[in-house]
Amino acid sequence: MTQLEVIGSENKDWFYTEKVKDHFFHPRNIFKTEQEVKEFNADGVGLVGSPACGDGMKMFIKVEDDKIKAIRWQTYGCGTAIASTSAYSVMLLEDGGLSIENALKIKPKDIADYLGGVPARKFHCSVLADKALREAVNDYFKKSGQEDRIVEGSAKIIDKILKITDHDIEHAVLEGAYDFEAVQRKTKVGIHDKACIPEVERLIVVYKEKYFGD
Amino acid sequence: MDMDVKDEFDKYCVDVYGNPGSFHTEGLKAKQAVANARERIAKVLNCKSSEIVFTSGGTESVNLAIKGLVYASNGKRKQIITTKIEHHAVLHTCEYLEKKGFDVIYLNIDENGVGDIDQLKKVISENTLLVSIMYANNEIGTIQNISEIGRICKEHNVKFHTDACQATGYLDLDVDKLNVDLMTINGSKVYGPKGVGLLYIKSGTVIEPLMHGGGQENNKRSGTENVPGIMAFAKAVEISEAKKEKEVVRLTKLRDKLTNGILESIPKSKLNGHPSTRLPNNVNISFLDVEGEAILLYLDSKGVYASSGSACTSKTLDPSHVVVAMGVPYEYAHGSIRFTLGRETTEEDIDYVLEILPEIVSNLRKISPFNVELTVKK
Repeated sequence: MTQLEVIGSENKDWFYTEKVKDHFFHPRNIFKTEQEVKEFNADGVGLVGSPACGDGMKMFIKVEDDKIKAIRWQTYGCGTAIASTSAYSVMLLEDGGLSIENALKIKPKDIADYLGGVPARKFHCSVLADKALREAVNDYFKKSGQEDRIVEGSAKIIDKILKITDHDIEHAVLEGAYDFEAVQRKTKVGIHDKACIPEVERLIVVYKEKYFGD
Repeated sequence: MDMDVKDEFDKYCVDVYGNPGSFHTEGLKAKQAVANARERIAKVLNCKSSEIVFTSGGTESVNLAIKGLVYASNGKRKQIITTKIEHHAVLHTCEYLEKKGFDVIYLNIDENGVGDIDQLKKVISENTLLVSIMYANNEIGTIQNISEIGRICKEHNVKFHTDACQATGYLDLDVDKLNVDLMTINGSKVYGPKGVGLLYIKSGTVIEPLMHGGGQENNKRSGTENVPGIMAFAKAVEISEAKKEKEVVRLTKLRDKLTNGILESIPKSKLNGHPSTRLPNNVNISFLDVEGEAILLYLDSKGVYASSGSACTSKTLDPSHVVVAMGVPYEYAHGSIRFTLGRETTEEDIDYVLEILPEIVSNLRKISPFNVELTVKK
């Protein structure tokens, strides 16, 4: 059962690892006071998610010499979402702050590994963090006149009849749909638009590689 | 499990170990014991003992009621009416029957979780085979007007099943007053053993068994009787009935104290389910800007065990179908928490939750990027 698998760990338990609990109960790099929120003066801010979808993450970054020098975050979500953002913020500040290029290379799978594994069906909770960073970095590029460096993650329609995008397929893979049948069950992709099936199969391989590295 | 219930269970595991189907003395002892348990439960339900079929629990009883009736029908009536907030045992059985060509109508519920009786009156017809509506909801505690629904079904000559798993020990189980043809009860909800339950089948209601075999349980459910389970179940039902009156008064007071205490001390919180027509042991509250599972984790670390209707605790990653069916906005649905009170719950426990919960919610709100303003009725 994929729902019971734990990604990034041999631990097959549903329950959280000590490291997840540690980051959940003692979140790092958060705003401690209202004052701090006002005075942080972020160079870039990124927000993804919404209260209606049950997940939301906001990332505040300060950049110096193209390196992430300081970070603050806010997360609305479950224990995994909160712990993942906290862990991610620590990873981004390692060795005096990662370069933007290297920061953007961190995959959700790396965050899960860092935490000693998260339950498979919670894995999607840890993917908002890197999307929020991408938004924050784009915001920084815009504010600092480096528009040419902005990479937009805009969605591309794959299934032309049901208007299913590559993002929808990405989301399905993250939620544990690892083959075409499973992705189709979740998204209904390719039921009417049969011509898109080869592209869907290709994308599943791409996203599996991207998030799970296999 | 109640200790007296456990003693009863042990007694019928060890001392009275016969198979009720055997002719010898030990078998006879077990047979008489089960007959006695059936009679005692029949008293509580105000029915004949021959109308009780012991099963492996609530899920089996629900399946036996719905599918048993469908399989025994002549195929002329192809409609089943239920609600959107039933337990998955009912909902998934209905979905299965939809695939087999049945037309299932899922009645709407109002913002307090009460089923739409006017809609029922409109859709019920000579094509309706069965109405199945739960007595009280497991998530939001709202109690349905079962006797009125039963009366409507009778008028239309339609069979009526109620899932009373949550009601046992708190509400009236008199099948006559409730106007039911079929009623499901299970053991683990009344401090009894898991793996045992019953289906009340009014005489004259024809159902096809799901288990074929030795013809036990009046030919309605074959398989050697779970004697220890049945005996312990009967004991548990009796104890619950004896304690009912006092427990209802005591828990209602605690329930309202907890509800009002939370709503007063935590801004942007709202009660889910009916404010008064609800189970005395159920409190379900939503908070804005925080996610239910995160609250659960904090409560758990402080020794308080609650449950959540949030997406993150469910397999489907969707928020509770019950909370959503009431029209509660998703922003609230993701932050819902359910407290279930019971025999062991004291006033000190309630005070403790009221002491720790405001800080938990406030801390989680501090790290939340959202500050949603939604006005909803408390």
